[in-house]
Amino acid sequence: MKPTKTLLTAAALATAAGGVSAEEMTIVSWGGAYSKSQLKAYHEPYSEKTGVTILNDDSSAEAVAKLRAMNEAGNITWDVVDVVAADAIRLCDEGLALEIDPDTMLAPAPDGTSAADDFGDLLVSDCFIPQIVYSTTFGYRTDLVGDTPPTDVCAVFDTETYPGKRSLEKRAINNMEWALICDGVAKDDVYDVLATSEGQDQALAKLATIKDDVVWWSAGADTPQLLADGEIVMGSTYNGRLFSVIEEQKQPVAMLWDAQIFDLDGWIIPAGLSEERQQRALDYIMFATDTQRLADQAKYISYGPARASSAPLVGQHAELGIDMAPHMPTDPENAKNTFLYNYEFWADYRDDIEAKFQAWLAQ
Amino acid sequence: MTDASQNAGPMLAADGTPLKQSLARSLRRQKLRALMLIAPLLLFVIFSFIVPIASMLFRSVENSIVQETLPLTVEALQNWDEFSGETPDETVYDAFVRDMVVAVDNKTHTRLGSRLNYEETGMSSLFRRSGRKLGKLDPETDGPFKEQLIEIHEGWGEPQTWAVIKTHSPAVTNGYFLNAVDMRRTPEGAQSQPEDKQILIKLFGRTLFMSLIITGACILLAYPVSYLLATLPMRVSNMLMILVLLPFWTSLLVRTSAWKVMLQQQGVINETLVWLGLVADDARLVIINNQFGTIIAMTHILLPFMILPMYSVMQTIPPYYTRAAKSMGATNWTTFWRIYFPQSIPGIGAGSILVFILAIGYYITPEIVGGTKGVFISNRIAYHISSSLNWGLAAALGTILLAVVMLLYWCYDKIVGIDNVKLG
Repeated sequence: MKPTKTLLTAAALATAAGGVSAEEMTIVSWGGAYSKSQLKAYHEPYSEKTGVTILNDDSSAEAVAKLRAMNEAGNITWDVVDVVAADAIRLCDEGLALEIDPDTMLAPAPDGTSAADDFGDLLVSDCFIPQIVYSTTFGYRTDLVGDTPPTDVCAVFDTETYPGKRSLEKRAINNMEWALICDGVAKDDVYDVLATSEGQDQALAKLATIKDDVVWWSAGADTPQLLADGEIVMGSTYNGRLFSVIEEQKQPVAMLWDAQIFDLDGWIIPAGLSEERQQRALDYIMFATDTQRLADQAKYISYGPARASSAPLVGQHAELGIDMAPHMPTDPENAKNTFLYNYEFWADYRDDIEAKFQAWLAQ
Repeated sequence: MTDASQNAGPMLAADGTPLKQSLARSLRRQKLRALMLIAPLLLFVIFSFIVPIASMLFRSVENSIVQETLPLTVEALQNWDEFSGETPDETVYDAFVRDMVVAVDNKTHTRLGSRLNYEETGMSSLFRRSGRKLGKLDPETDGPFKEQLIEIHEGWGEPQTWAVIKTHSPAVTNGYFLNAVDMRRTPEGAQSQPEDKQILIKLFGRTLFMSLIITGACILLAYPVSYLLATLPMRVSNMLMILVLLPFWTSLLVRTSAWKVMLQQQGVINETLVWLGLVADDARLVIINNQFGTIIAMTHILLPFMILPMYSVMQTIPPYYTRAAKSMGATNWTTFWRIYFPQSIPGIGAGSILVFILAIGYYITPEIVGGTKGVFISNRIAYHISSSLNWGLAAALGTILLAVVMLLYWCYDKIVGIDNVKLG
């Protein structure tokens, strides 16, 4: 095993040295409108400033598995990777991501506040540099809900008042929390209840009441499509996707912000890059996560910047010309009742609860 | 001949060397040349097929991470009785701190936590949270450690934690295979998973069952089409052939998404039926996001793999056999059933093997149109590869799938005979 590994590593190093020129870096992200917002807000200004060519790779959905495979092969071809916080924690645990010291590696806020304070609690892992706050929340068809549009997340479980299909993500995370809240569990107790086997059964029993009315989605684009087709009356997805259905495609859809679940998306730098590439990646990160750049991204997509100091700088949509602040999940009007994805809890319970959830789905 | 060679001693070639030697040399040279001609393909197959499969087989039993990360602890735990219901003594804790100081330094402790979390919920955060404080301890001067560890995290005071480490310490494990058949490795030996976590056996069964249905549907649909293709005049059959091949050339994702548009409740089929008044508006058919959707979409996608081998076999069936049968008074049915059909069986066999083996490995189509009841075992494999990162379990599932395919192939060979398969 050992000699082959060394041989492979040597071969990989040789190709890496020959393949990547000093003026190129590969940035991995999610594709679609999200990558476009990063291109406009980060990549183009950075290339202009430094002359570095940025190559895009839309592989974020498989980033964890691919990074692990690259690490085993000893040939890491990515320089900066955009992942959700839960994946960043996994990568950090696996030793696949570089640990970041916010005070030396990230830019301070314009008023001198250190990066660590500016990001605050959002620095959920030692390897993770937060970029945006997004939320998973519900949208509904305004023409299919009658005269009483839903204001409460429990409308999802109320098939009498709101008949029709609803869409939920094909995984336990988020759905279990909503089910418990709507089954009368207090918000502060949700994770204590969910940690017990009885609590998990309780959540699944609540979900079972609407099981026949649910279309389960696995890609973020599914719910917007189903809403636009009138296939469902309401469904969960990422708030930015709903923004584009409502504001860009002008579909009869509205947001139900109640009990939205905040999650973070941001950067990691793969561990094991050569000194030169790591330096370049860090330089990019320093630039792309400063206060102005994070605020700029909100011109193109309705996700909230992760720095406190960026919020006041959020302006208007670059093409539609509408104010972006009221469309941010973090806007006080929208954020009356919110959750933050419980990273610690799900890192422990994900394997267990997900297995139960999938078994329940298949019944 | 024998007499002559006996009389004249060994036969000599033109250059004077014994003929036997010269022959052997030229044969060897020929073999070498043949080997060199196939060498590119051989190397390609070895590196892109045999090596990955071997590594997958190996990964499904490989479990050296526990021993490599906690070598002293694993040794110390040998003397601890996991059935005693009590925590181990100080020697284990001391060994554990020594191991963890090294592991935290190399940042491998969280990796071990993720590995053990597949077996016992909570291990991930136990290792992650304790890591920083444990790494600061000095094994030489800070002992004894038992109290300190329980102080850092109460999980270290649970006998269960140590039992899990001990149970999963062997470098070669059957744990992943047990998980793959809804069982688990415990100190008391292999046990069933709790009922509410059993899913994989059911998915294996469903995958095989639905693949059989899809293969059957393909046979029924492809047979008349292939018959037409093989018997119609060349010009017409070429046109028809293009109709078969056109979807074959279209991207899999496009075709699957098209089925979504066709089958959903506000989709083309339902809209048409409602418009015709055959179905009430509030009782639209549910024909997607279930097994039916998967069967329809996959039958359509795999149909060309059935038509093409059938067609090429049927083309070789001489038309005068059926004419002869009819001239001797056989009815149309008898002619077909006794004369034509038996000759077309090799095509059905080849098509069925192709379609069935492709079907049981299918992943993207069931994911898109299968809802919850139409997904296959490959969807779980994909989940464990890309989301849960439990590659050991994914490898075990893949190995079982491979074994099932080989078993079925063997059965097919015994029952039908593999010589009875023709691609044309």
